[in-house]
Amino acid sequence: MKILIVDDFATMRRIIKNLLKDLGFHNTQEADDGTTAVPLLNSGNFDFLVTDWNMPGMTGFDLLKHVRADPKLKDLPVLMVTAEAKREQIVAAAQAGVNGYIVKPFTAAVLKDKIEKIFERIEG
Amino acid sequence: MTDEQHESGEFEQKLREATAELTESIAKGDLTEAVNLLQQINDERHRNLYQEVGRLTRALHDAINNFHIDSGLNPQASQQMSEMADASDRLNYVIGMTQEAANTTMDKVEECTPINDNIGREASQLRKEWAKLMSREMKADEFRGLYKRIDLFLEHVETQSNVLSEKFGEITLAQGYQDLTGQVLKRVSNLVHEVESSLVNLVCMAGQVDRITGIRHPQMAQQKQVAKEEGDGTLPEGPIVSPDKRSDVVANQDEVDDLLSSLGF
Repeated sequence: MKILIVDDFATMRRIIKNLLKDLGFHNTQEADDGTTAVPLLNSGNFDFLVTDWNMPGMTGFDLLKHVRADPKLKDLPVLMVTAEAKREQIVAAAQAGVNGYIVKPFTAAVLKDKIEKIFERIEG
Repeated sequence: MTDEQHESGEFEQKLREATAELTESIAKGDLTEAVNLLQQINDERHRNLYQEVGRLTRALHDAINNFHIDSGLNPQASQQMSEMADASDRLNYVIGMTQEAANTTMDKVEECTPINDNIGREASQLRKEWAKLMSREMKADEFRGLYKRIDLFLEHVETQSNVLSEKFGEITLAQGYQDLTGQVLKRVSNLVHEVESSLVNLVCMAGQVDRITGIRHPQMAQQKQVAKEEGDGTLPEGPIVSPDKRSDVVANQDEVDDLLSSLGF
């Protein structure tokens, strides 16, 4: 399982990386916004994408839409981990095809729960 | 009555007097005097405006100039602060400090994790052998091995517990950023308040000037309001500072989950 973590704050990337490691996901890579994430996704055979929303350059929402529009990436599960908490945004992310939505600040238990649900749904 | 109100009252008084004189001079056919009076009214209006703008500019300038970190910080920190000229530098200082603290904390936690894992692993191995001993399934030479390992384990726990305590102490110390960044943020917040009240004064004054000069621009504000309301609600906004005061945001993960499940998730 290879996971790409996209967040403009290095600290948050590190937190997510450590939490994923605790959950048994050791193979992670990082990008600091959508623009740097796209080439990695194209070349990296990722199985899972965890992204923030609000980032300079390309936002996580645009990255999500980009992934869903790309024939090679469209089935990639995407988990949004973001401080963006407007109902309209959550609805928009759902409509754009997000697989899970976590609002910051979040706990390890929430991250575990959402990741498990995403894979249950994909495998089930 | 404040100075500003007093001055604007004075201006209105002058305006009234000059208008009476103006009507009089026109009635008398003294156009030179009438034009002179108009000029005087205009000059007075300008003087009033420049004075107010000048005062507010000075207030803004002072507010920004007074924005210095002066006391309460350790010498090293005040040295760093004195090199910073403006609020944006101060906010960057906060970002740097919080990032450093987060990294230190995570470094220490990462150093503690394997120590703790080791203790747990050793304890669980020893407990299996201990169980054997309790159920009298242990041979004599096995017992001699266990005897030594328990001694080593206790010694190990003792030293590692000291290492852990030291790292916990460092984690606690790393939270010291809260004090320093808190002071800096308070000052930035005060500056914002000062600037805001100065701007409110400027707007009030501009309103008085508009009234005096007869300028009307009611459309702009409304248009701006409409534009704001029709804005793209999916544009990123960052953390919601007071979710309890807003109906368009979720307050926690449960509300996100409820919303998503209502959409069939």
